Amino acid sequence: MDMQREPPFVPPASPLGSVPRTATGSEITVTNLSKTYGAGEFAKQVVQNCSFTIEHGKLTVMIGPSGCGKSTLIRLLAGFERPSGGTITIGGKPVTGPGLDRLVVFQETALFPWMSTYDNIMFGPRARGEDTPETRAFAEALLQKVGLDGFRKKYPSQLSGGMQRRAELARSMINRPDVMILDEPFRGLDAMTKRLMQEYYANLYEEFRRTTFFVTTDIDEAIYLADRILIMTNIPTQVRAVIDVDLPRPRHVEDITENDAANAIKMKALGLLHEEAMKSFARGSKAAADFIDAYARRMAKD
Amino acid sequence: MLAAVKAMSAKFKGFIFGDDFWRGIISIAAFLVFWEAGSRSHAWSGFAFPWVSQVPAPTAVLQEMFKLVQEPSFWNSAFLSTLRVFEGFFAAMVIGIPLGLAMAVSRTFYGITFPVFEVLRPIPPLAWVPASIIFWPTQELSIAFVTFLGAFFTVVINVIGGAQAIDVRYFQAARSMGSSTWDIFRRIILPGTLPSIVVGATVGVGITWAVVVAAEMISGGGSAGSVGGAAGGGLGFFIWNSYVGGSYTQIVAGMISIGIAGYISSALLRKIGQWMTPWLSED
Repeated sequence: MDMQREPPFVPPASPLGSVPRTATGSEITVTNLSKTYGAGEFAKQVVQNCSFTIEHGKLTVMIGPSGCGKSTLIRLLAGFERPSGGTITIGGKPVTGPGLDRLVVFQETALFPWMSTYDNIMFGPRARGEDTPETRAFAEALLQKVGLDGFRKKYPSQLSGGMQRRAELARSMINRPDVMILDEPFRGLDAMTKRLMQEYYANLYEEFRRTTFFVTTDIDEAIYLADRILIMTNIPTQVRAVIDVDLPRPRHVEDITENDAANAIKMKALGLLHEEAMKSFARGSKAAADFIDAYARRMAKD
Repeated sequence: MLAAVKAMSAKFKGFIFGDDFWRGIISIAAFLVFWEAGSRSHAWSGFAFPWVSQVPAPTAVLQEMFKLVQEPSFWNSAFLSTLRVFEGFFAAMVIGIPLGLAMAVSRTFYGITFPVFEVLRPIPPLAWVPASIIFWPTQELSIAFVTFLGAFFTVVINVIGGAQAIDVRYFQAARSMGSSTWDIFRRIILPGTLPSIVVGATVGVGITWAVVVAAEMISGGGSAGSVGGAAGGGLGFFIWNSYVGGSYTQIVAGMISIGIAGYISSALLRKIGQWMTPWLSED
């Protein structure tokens, strides 16, 4: 099937002209955030006293050892869950629940199978009664930008994995959210497709400059995309280090692999991540000791 | 355009001359030969096949069918049964789909209606025949009602199951993009349930054929039975009447007619279903 093949990435000329850039003042501030699941002896603290900021219009990438509580942080930012302590504000306003100012792109596709690519992208505008010439022109522009112009009438099941991810990015982008939250969006794609997706995504980001929180476990992806990298500790999550990535945009994967600054960042980040990973092994035995301790206390009570 | 025609003709060829086609031909031919030989074995060799020898031979049935298709009363019967099937079937769709959707969407409504539904569901449609004859003013209505019951429960169960199986992520995604409750119903729940509605309809129409025939036999063929003579009361009544009259070839011919009618109904619904759910087809 020819539709399964990924076309090569060609940076398209911007057809967007008058599309407004991101609204001002959507900086995210996380202060002393903590989240605990369960209660009493069985309480598990996933996020502890975590503070950081996500700058307005910048792409902040969070990277940390697996199982460090990244997904919990995303659910808290999205407003799907309430924190146990601390605050999250977006543009100065506290987050109290899910809102139209934030859009989350999850790992798995949530494209509607019964809608064509075009109808999927137009879903948001139509839901809000905004099926106007402007949004339709925006949809056209996005279709071109993510290279799906020839696939507008196809259903998601007729698209390859990479195309589905791109359609989903376009479907989020058309709503012009102040903040975009992406939870390992390219996980599970093969290496070639993943690299292509990163190029498409970087291009989209550079066009719209939404305030973006991007979670990944891939250090190369982080350096290629980020303005700033947050390296997280093992569970309970805190920020271990903040690394600014001052590489000029637009970036090219080839340049980055041979760039000394990029390599220095990579070595530093890898060192920190290695330390955290080692801690998580050590923590494993402590967790077992904690469990036996808690169990013994419970038996004594009966 | 040309490519499309070529692709279509290739598909057609694949169906006509493909392996499955020939397997089908061989299987049906072998079945007919066995049947013919079995039913004539006594006359030929003196040995009677246990069950098959009681059945009229396919050649005799074919002759009977050839005679039948020239009789207007046979077509009248087939038409009456088809009418009853589709009356009951459409009523089941029109009432069953909204009911199933309402039960899937509203927890309160589900809590109120589901117990009654679950008590009535296991009652076989045929057990309703006597009550239905008493309750409805005409026999025609009684038969249509029993037919309706045959499809109704299948349709409702499929709609509820289909709506409840829709992935939560679709609701989350729609909500986060600003969908109202009505928008979610119209653009997520309805299309998301459509494949199950199609399945319910295809299975349901098969059940209505099974039910209509039995209902016609029990109720004596409905009001039209007395007017149209021996073969005027629907295919079920036709079979019963053939049995009473001792014409075994007619019985088998009637059975085969019902098989063909049921097959056509299901195939028709499957086609409509494919047309309504284009995202499920491969190409």
